Amino acid sequence: MLTKTVSEAQEALTVRQLTYAEALREALRQAMQADPTVFLIGEDIGVYGGAFSVSAGLIDEFGSQRVIDTPISEATIAGACAGAALTGMHPVGEIQFMDFVTLSMEQLILQAAKLRFMFGGKASVPMVLRMPAGSGTGAAAQHSESLENLLVHIPGLKVVMPSNAYDAKGLLLSAIYDGNPVIFVEHKLLYKTTGHVPEEMYRLPLSQSNIARQGRDLTVVATSVMVPRTLEAAELLSEEGIELEVIDPRTLNPLDDAPIIESVVKTGRALVVHEAVGTGGYGGEVVARIVASKAFDYLEAPVRRLAGLDIPIPYNRNLEHHAVPQVENIIAEARKLVKNEY
Amino acid sequence: MSDSLTNIYTPSRERAAELLNAIGPEKARHVLETMATIRAFEEKAEELYSLGKTHGTMHLSIGQEATATGASDAVRSGHDFLLNHHRGHGHCIAWGGEVNLMMAEFMGKETGYCRGRGGSMHIADVERNNLGANGIVAGGIPMSVGVGLSIKLRGSDQVCLVIFGDGAANTGPFHEALNMASIWDLPVIFLCENNQYAMSMSVPRAFNIEHISQRACAYGIPGVTVDGNDYLAVYDAISTAAQRAREGKGPTLVETITYRWRGHSRSDRQLYRTRDEVKEWQARDPILRFADQLRQAGFLSDDQLESLRQHANQYIDEALAFAEASPEPDVASIMEGVYVD
Repeated sequence: MLTKTVSEAQEALTVRQLTYAEALREALRQAMQADPTVFLIGEDIGVYGGAFSVSAGLIDEFGSQRVIDTPISEATIAGACAGAALTGMHPVGEIQFMDFVTLSMEQLILQAAKLRFMFGGKASVPMVLRMPAGSGTGAAAQHSESLENLLVHIPGLKVVMPSNAYDAKGLLLSAIYDGNPVIFVEHKLLYKTTGHVPEEMYRLPLSQSNIARQGRDLTVVATSVMVPRTLEAAELLSEEGIELEVIDPRTLNPLDDAPIIESVVKTGRALVVHEAVGTGGYGGEVVARIVASKAFDYLEAPVRRLAGLDIPIPYNRNLEHHAVPQVENIIAEARKLVKNEY
Repeated sequence: MSDSLTNIYTPSRERAAELLNAIGPEKARHVLETMATIRAFEEKAEELYSLGKTHGTMHLSIGQEATATGASDAVRSGHDFLLNHHRGHGHCIAWGGEVNLMMAEFMGKETGYCRGRGGSMHIADVERNNLGANGIVAGGIPMSVGVGLSIKLRGSDQVCLVIFGDGAANTGPFHEALNMASIWDLPVIFLCENNQYAMSMSVPRAFNIEHISQRACAYGIPGVTVDGNDYLAVYDAISTAAQRAREGKGPTLVETITYRWRGHSRSDRQLYRTRDEVKEWQARDPILRFADQLRQAGFLSDDQLESLRQHANQYIDEALAFAEASPEPDVASIMEGVYVD
């Protein structure tokens, strides 16, 4: 046992560790170094480095022509990305908080998402719009939203939500070269989390769900910050003999649902966990895919959702904590499902 | 209307002669033919609609042909970029679009510019850098900033002409985009085609300024209002704006004063204006006006006028025949074009 622990520690020292924010920055830097058509545009992304420091230092390397600070103009940040993308560029826009994407909606939903289809497939809009979502920072109702499902609902857009540093880099590089408008939803609480991130310019395919943990008793489909929370819950439940299988869709739309369905066939039970409010949320889509599939015949319990409460995010620390699923809630919900105590 | 307004640019007699001589008789007659083709296309579209041969709606620009042609001719259509608005048939034709493909699109056919997926309101000719008509008022304006940035980052000598209506000038994106284009000196020409009404909302009711172009001063860019029914006035103003854009000096706001003879769309009962007002503007037909200018310059005989009118009608008849003979989209292809594979 001791030998194994020492070798693991040595491996950890030699394996390259980056934070989620550093991984994103490295993806942006490598894409910009490799391709002059890639540029960044958003509020305070230059000298300030972005509200969450994702683009810190990039202006020094690439200049203000390619790391473009904008006035407070979210509609035109999105529209400028669409226009540049239509004419052969690969813009990566930043919306400072996902809440503010509500101001970009016309350009995203009615323009970027539809131009290719409306023009008979004769144009493409290869743009990425990055934005941090989520609560847990005490920023209250207008700076803590998880609005991904507003955009999941729009054909023509892709929606990606990385849950760790490794995925963040690989998915961002794929998003930049995907050829479609990609909404890239980051989570504020993940920016400082660390993980192994190779230096090379690797891409992880979009629309490929990841089995983050294997288990026999319950399939948990979790997104974004709920993935590490579910993995933590899984380790604690494992001590009780309950083994969760954790699936991270990574791309919410178009969804790779086959691994989810196969997993439910195996476990016979399913729970979907996300931070966004439950009503009209992504969980409903995942549940619908499960119950409409062959997995229905294997279900041994109801398929349930664990989501944010149907309220705006409150400011008070304790209220904020209780507004969205936490590790203890995931454990409780998982136990109920596995023990048929729902 | 424009009679009560001051400071509307129209070229002096000398300047008009200078411009016409530079354009030359052959090209000038071609411009007139293009204007007649736009008129013929829209009259045919209206007829087809009345006969129940198309569905949906359409927005006719009859009476606004000088703005479409004057603006397109002042830039290098096909090389430069165009973003335009829902009343866009004229812009597409003036930009060099093929009426066969437009008519097929209007009729929802697979051979249309957008394979029948876009219809009248979304015609785009992407190969010729016409990035499309837009169903959302001001929808193209934020994108013009991106096109301008793209031109600048690629170091090309292109410009982006973005055409929108008076209604668009009261939207938030207009403010965002003109400001951004100005602070970065982007090669964008903002063309506000003021046809006096945003659906039923008249310009005097929607603005508390004499000219929409006055708003340019808020962005530190030149603004000019021109007679939009005068081809030469539009051509001259857009040429100046294009030159400024190509020299890296930034955007210009050009407002053209014109008038839509027809209702906003097919549902419009036109309760918000009088027949006399419409008649007054019909007396200022931009096509007849340009024809008169050409006649006076000795560029146009009656026979030539008749001949080019016949050509225009012939193009549209051929376009209709092409569209009618074209197949409908295959339902099996309905999912195509949502995503790049």
